[in-house]
Amino acid sequence: MAAAAAAAVLPTSPTTARAQAGTAESFETAQQAIVRGRTPRTGGIAIDMPPLSENGNSVDVSIRVDSPMTAADHVRAIHVLSPKNPHPRVATFHLGPRAGRAEVATRIRVATTQSIVVLAETSTGALLRAEREVIVVLGACVEGG
Amino acid sequence: MEPAAARITVPQAARRGEIVEVRVLVRHPMERAIDAPGLTPRPRRIVHTIRATYAGEEVFRMDLSPGIAANPYVAFRTLAVESGDLVIEWIEDGGAVHRQAARLTVS
Repeated sequence: MAAAAAAAVLPTSPTTARAQAGTAESFETAQQAIVRGRTPRTGGIAIDMPPLSENGNSVDVSIRVDSPMTAADHVRAIHVLSPKNPHPRVATFHLGPRAGRAEVATRIRVATTQSIVVLAETSTGALLRAEREVIVVLGACVEGG
Repeated sequence: MEPAAARITVPQAARRGEIVEVRVLVRHPMERAIDAPGLTPRPRRIVHTIRATYAGEEVFRMDLSPGIAANPYVAFRTLAVESGDLVIEWIEDGGAVHRQAARLTVS
């Protein structure tokens, strides 16, 4: 809970909070760095995650983006963000037409109940966005793992 | 430091043009640099990049953060183009690069 607590105590000074917590950036900053002024389209992304997770230290997430995955039109990047984690930019997957299908899976740490955000960028310049709530019973903070 | 090791799972055989699933499990603590009461502070040491090269080019890359669970797991797809090694490379804080290959037989 160290990082989350520091951020909560110092809401007006995110830089200090981040420095103390050792985290990188706020969720808003992370999301803006990806969106870069574009308007994301909702849909086209399927997020598969257990709705309720006993242990936030390892939560399965799998993501599929609808895309022909051709040289001309393919998913270039899939970003996973966790708004309430100390480090909101969880992962980025870089894909190309040789993926054949834009489908990835991993296991993430989830600090507390929140909506995981997924952004997908295509080679045509489109930006897709989806959210999926995950309820966490035991958060991934100081409990180890 | 524990020996670096990964488990890479690919289908034993595939047809040319088939989309195959590649699963990678890297043994690594993904140390997050938590500094909390009752815990011994440790510097951050995570795997920050996992990349896959197959048939002459990078076909997949993942940027990881401390928000990825210990012993990072990733699954992705790739088109079977020719028989050859699918080389997984992972890079950790401090710059250590590890490499392991899985053989994909394409008919």
